Amino acid sequence: MAAAIRRRSVAYFLLFPGAFWLIVFFVIPLYFMAKLSLDTEIPGTLHYHFTWEWSNYKEALELYDTQFFRSFIYAAIATFLCLVIAYPLAYVIAFKAGKWRNLLLFAVVAPFFTTYLVRTLAWKTILADESPVTEFLHTIGLVPSGHILYTGFAVIAGITYNFLPFMVLPLYASLERIDVRVLEASKDLYASASSTFWKVTLPLSLPGVVAGTLLTFIPAVGDYVNAEFLGGANNRMIGNVIQSLYLTQSNYSAAAALSFVLMAVIMIVVFVYIRFAGSEALMGQEAV
Amino acid sequence: MSATPATTTAGRGSLSAESGAARAWRWLREHTVIIVAVLVVVYLLIPIVVIFVFSFNNPAGRYNFTWVGFTLKHWSHPFSDTELTKALVTSLKLAVLATVISTIIGTMMALALVRHSFFGRRVANFLIVIPMATPEVVMGASLLSFFLILGTPSLGFETLLIAHVMFCISFVGVVVRSRLIGFDRSLEEAAKDLGADAFTTFRLVTFPLILPGIFGGAMLAFALSIDDFVISNFNAGSTVTFPLYIFGAAQRGIPVEVYVVAMILFLSTVAAMGFATWQQRRAERMTAIRPEQEEADVALPGIA
Repeated sequence: MAAAIRRRSVAYFLLFPGAFWLIVFFVIPLYFMAKLSLDTEIPGTLHYHFTWEWSNYKEALELYDTQFFRSFIYAAIATFLCLVIAYPLAYVIAFKAGKWRNLLLFAVVAPFFTTYLVRTLAWKTILADESPVTEFLHTIGLVPSGHILYTGFAVIAGITYNFLPFMVLPLYASLERIDVRVLEASKDLYASASSTFWKVTLPLSLPGVVAGTLLTFIPAVGDYVNAEFLGGANNRMIGNVIQSLYLTQSNYSAAAALSFVLMAVIMIVVFVYIRFAGSEALMGQEAV
Repeated sequence: MSATPATTTAGRGSLSAESGAARAWRWLREHTVIIVAVLVVVYLLIPIVVIFVFSFNNPAGRYNFTWVGFTLKHWSHPFSDTELTKALVTSLKLAVLATVISTIIGTMMALALVRHSFFGRRVANFLIVIPMATPEVVMGASLLSFFLILGTPSLGFETLLIAHVMFCISFVGVVVRSRLIGFDRSLEEAAKDLGADAFTTFRLVTFPLILPGIFGGAMLAFALSIDDFVISNFNAGSTVTFPLYIFGAAQRGIPVEVYVVAMILFLSTVAAMGFATWQQRRAERMTAIRPEQEEADVALPGIA
């Protein structure tokens, strides 16, 4: 009995600092933001008082619905592109790389070691007018106007690049766990390479697909660095709006309302998605 | 797809009858996935090459986006811009502190979550994951709301540290947790059977075995902290970190030194990783207990 109590108090001792930090600096701030989103400003003072001002939400959404939808569309396209680009690489690392495996994994995380903003600035050079990449895409007719920079295309390209490792790593982790004998069995039973892939490999790697899409999609929706550096005035995303409302216009209530709607919609999308995909990949394996 | 039957027949026929083009086509088909993977790797590395090349650029104006000419002058004085250097020092200080604090707290939390059952464990498991599922802009904005309403502490290094530790705890916790889940408990039982108390078992058995996980978590925390822009942008006040400096500079022109410093950070991370891998391989060679080695390892009998 005494041992059990001591064990439990050890558990709470270990848990306390982390739980305290996360509750005080993550959960409570969310509550403060919720409150702020329902406040009214005392005119001209930058002071707020609480009034259940639901119209903050209505006004913010009416003003910024374009940026809101755009964020979800850009993020969805980028996530899809990431999946298509990342899968072959993750597949090769898991099954075909042999002694090259660690080197390839290193190549996947290498972009993280260059500063995020500098990486994005590099894309500004790559996608500039008359750069080799732009010229090439122009020649083969993919970019008729000859301009990529400051368009939605550039923003999506930047997001796709910046979040690609978040897709590759979970895909690799779940592909690597597949027992190669299962794939061999499929071949022994005369399945073609493509039906082995669609009926065996892909379903078994689904947890990785779910985890990867979530890890890519969530930060992509809220991102505003790519839109800031690579996009033009017509490509602003909801993150740009929230940060400028907070940091330059000091319109805290509208910004808080937008943040809340953003978080709520992401939660709903994630929830529905997990429901459909039927996986708890995001939560990680529970301890036994 | 119409070419598929043709190539298959060619493949089944005698190899010498296969034309060069057909053979090339077959080789391409068999290696498509590898070729695509190589192209993806190239895609991943292109911006790094661009940063490297442009760190030697000699731009005429203040913008370093088009190639003008080669110079070594930015590499010979990478820290000549005092503002930039100050920002870099702030970032390094912040990252080291945030890493140390979050690694300790996150590891403790992971130990509690995997090793103990207690009231509220599910909630705690949820609490550690939810910041990772929240967009950074929401985290930054909510923390700013919190600091604004409290009015204290005033925005600056302290608030940055609070914010960085907050988002690093989750990542450290999750990494260490996964290491603990894949942990062979029989090793600890063996230590206890041999008369070690709980603390000695932890110190001599558990801790060394989860150390790679803790180290990995710490590396991740450091990388996230030094690279964080969004959350810092909300909570920095007038303090400037390296990413914040770049963002500010981007409006009025990027000095080439930014590319040089980014490259120095990249190269030192690569060197540190290389060193860590080498160390780990050496440690594994020295302590690995593999079944086929057991007879040879007379010095370590009966541990496995």
